[in-house]
Amino acid sequence: MTKKQIHLAAHFPGVNNTTVWSDPASGSHIDFSSFEHFARSAERGLFDFLFLAEGLRLREQGGKIYDLDVMGRPDNVSILQAMAAVTQHIGLAGTVNSTFNEPLDVARKLASLDFLSNGRAAWNVVTSWDEFTGENFRRGGYLPKEKRYLRAKEMLDVAKRLWDTDGGEFDIHTDQFDITGRFPLPRSPQGHPVIIQAGDSEEGREFAASSADAIFTRHGEKEAGQEFYRDVKGRLAKFGRREEDLKILPAATFVLGDTEEEAAENAREVQYQQVSPATAIAFAEQVWNRDLSDIDPDGPVPSFDPVTENDVDSGQHFSKGRASVRMYRDPVATANEWRELGEANGWSLREVVIAKNGRHTFVGTPQRVADTIDDFVQSNASDGFVLVPHITPGGMDPFVDQVVPLLQEKGSFRSSYEGTTLRENLGLSPVRALSQS
Amino acid sequence: MTFHLAVALNDTGWHPAAPPGDTLDPDFWVAQVQEAERGLATLVTLEDGFARRGLDSVLIALRAGPQTSHVGLVPTVVATHTEPFHVSTQIATLDWVTRGRAGERIKVSTDPGEAELFGRRDPAAESREALFEEATDHVEVQRRLWDSWEDDAEIRDASTNRFVDRDKLHYVDFVGSHFAVRGPSITPRPPQGQPIVTALAHVDTAYRLAARCADLVFTTPDGVGRDGPTGDAATTLRGVRSAEAEIGRSEEPTQVLGDLIVFLDDDATAASTRWTRLDGERTLRSDAAVFAGTADELANRLEGWAAAGLAGARLRPAVADHDLPRITRDLAPELARRGLTRTAYEADTLRGLLGLEKPADRYAGASS
Repeated sequence: MTKKQIHLAAHFPGVNNTTVWSDPASGSHIDFSSFEHFARSAERGLFDFLFLAEGLRLREQGGKIYDLDVMGRPDNVSILQAMAAVTQHIGLAGTVNSTFNEPLDVARKLASLDFLSNGRAAWNVVTSWDEFTGENFRRGGYLPKEKRYLRAKEMLDVAKRLWDTDGGEFDIHTDQFDITGRFPLPRSPQGHPVIIQAGDSEEGREFAASSADAIFTRHGEKEAGQEFYRDVKGRLAKFGRREEDLKILPAATFVLGDTEEEAAENAREVQYQQVSPATAIAFAEQVWNRDLSDIDPDGPVPSFDPVTENDVDSGQHFSKGRASVRMYRDPVATANEWRELGEANGWSLREVVIAKNGRHTFVGTPQRVADTIDDFVQSNASDGFVLVPHITPGGMDPFVDQVVPLLQEKGSFRSSYEGTTLRENLGLSPVRALSQS
Repeated sequence: MTFHLAVALNDTGWHPAAPPGDTLDPDFWVAQVQEAERGLATLVTLEDGFARRGLDSVLIALRAGPQTSHVGLVPTVVATHTEPFHVSTQIATLDWVTRGRAGERIKVSTDPGEAELFGRRDPAAESREALFEEATDHVEVQRRLWDSWEDDAEIRDASTNRFVDRDKLHYVDFVGSHFAVRGPSITPRPPQGQPIVTALAHVDTAYRLAARCADLVFTTPDGVGRDGPTGDAATTLRGVRSAEAEIGRSEEPTQVLGDLIVFLDDDATAASTRWTRLDGERTLRSDAAVFAGTADELANRLEGWAAAGLAGARLRPAVADHDLPRITRDLAPELARRGLTRTAYEADTLRGLLGLEKPADRYAGASS
């Protein structure tokens, strides 16, 4: 029996502090040459797909544009389309928001991407965060919070119905959409682009089990990963789907070294690059929900409590346009935790932030990293990983050159692309039209 | 001054009976754009609209971009049903990918069927003037967003841990009757600063739209518009110029290119026979005039347009397979031989090919 195969995706470095711009190796985040380099590297490594997150508004903190991280990026589907011209096999996955788009336009764009890449398109469907983002769009913040998830579900459902018309007539009336006419394209090479979901809630798991081909998670720990894996895969049968039909892909960072010690030292260096003194203050401000510019990042964690009025859902939070702030549901508890961590270890604020936010998933020699990844996948803690390098554009190269060959030696990773479409390479069932199912 | 040869790509050609081809295959489009580049065309335009069969033209341009090196790429954007923010970043991305060869054709949709695909509005309930004004706003927002990052906003200042200088990022704060957009863009200022905006115009409303927001206008000399015959080349040019005067255009005048559908053959009879034969299958109805003849005859006609003051011609091949190579291999060398058009690409950006400087950033020096 053949060994379970690992699926890998390459996340183009994002606009957050994971991406290091201060390193001499860090290149342009907007020149096409960087995207071309990144895409070619990932394809050389036989990755299943590239992934790009979406940006619709520059983040702000304290009423000012956040200036500490890499920022500025292309339109997602557009740059994926251009990368299709310089690659032949690798899948092209992008986030496209459901709140500030219309289904006909999105379905047509994704079908076009699928045709113009010969079957390599994938769509990460997300809902939008807030009215803050809405200020850049026709509809502004019109959508009440409770409708955002509904709109995302309907957007995906309607898009699938449009693709399934095979260029025919449709007449669709839902809570969010009233549309009629003829879809301008026949079914694209994959039938439907590969559908990706992110999200961990009960509702999100059920949605993914019913409608997605891949799910992005944050479960980088083996036991938590196995529990999630069992739970989500266990939901597939009731939707008439096989376990292989939904790929579970946690995000993972990595730092390599020739020895374990060197890798650990490299990781520490990267962590300090990722959390500069100013970034440490900025992270604390996201928890404390107030200006902390007079705090010393190399001193202790602030002794006072965070501001708890104006939470993230109020639209008045100190930090805007940043999804991660939602993790601080109980900022006072988070502040206490940080303070205790600092006191127990004698850590400064910056060191606490590094400990809380800067940990890398895989640190070690290429052999150690390959062993860990393989073990994770073979123990059904995931089907693979979305790897997030910290350097643009060459951040994936060491992994491709040093880790991929070891995974191939283990018999867990392809030595050439199996199929021509992303759907085939991911080992998913072909899409059936609704009318045939 | 170079007379600009532009090529308008549309399916397998502009005649409705042009034989079908694999218009869903990326290679089909890349080959056409490369063929236009072989003929040293200044730009290619790509037709689009949500109610027509076919691929998204912005994505076709992005697919062809990395496989071409000089020709300008001008997809069509429907202002009525799109978000100016998305379109602005899409065209900026095309400009980054092509290192400065992006443009767009802005188009207004008054088609109720197209509106039903979106189910958000009833264009029939809105005046044409209002829809054209919205398109002007759409372009204005795009242009502001393109300028919302100054060229040197990215500083990577290790001493202060700052990646950007936020004083060089600007809110655009556009408020119009159809939308309000805050900005800044998510995409840094594209290489051209301002990608090229074009419009096709047959009548005064559209001439005014072009005068307000375009760099390049396509007119239809000897053609037919909504209000009847458009007049000869000089007449359409006058139409554009008087619209510019009427709205008080402060930028330099638009460059005006005449549109023409072409059947090109070695002898004129073959060309008109081909037209007649295709019309027998389905009649060609066109806003632009139709030319059927030899490359030499067409060069004569275009020389006349140049003399009348047009900056160029946008040729619409009747049958892409046949007429596009005739344009690039027969007509283009003839125009070059007459000294009308370029003999080699003289610039790497579309603005450069059009003789336009990179404009200063409207926000430079302003506080954010």
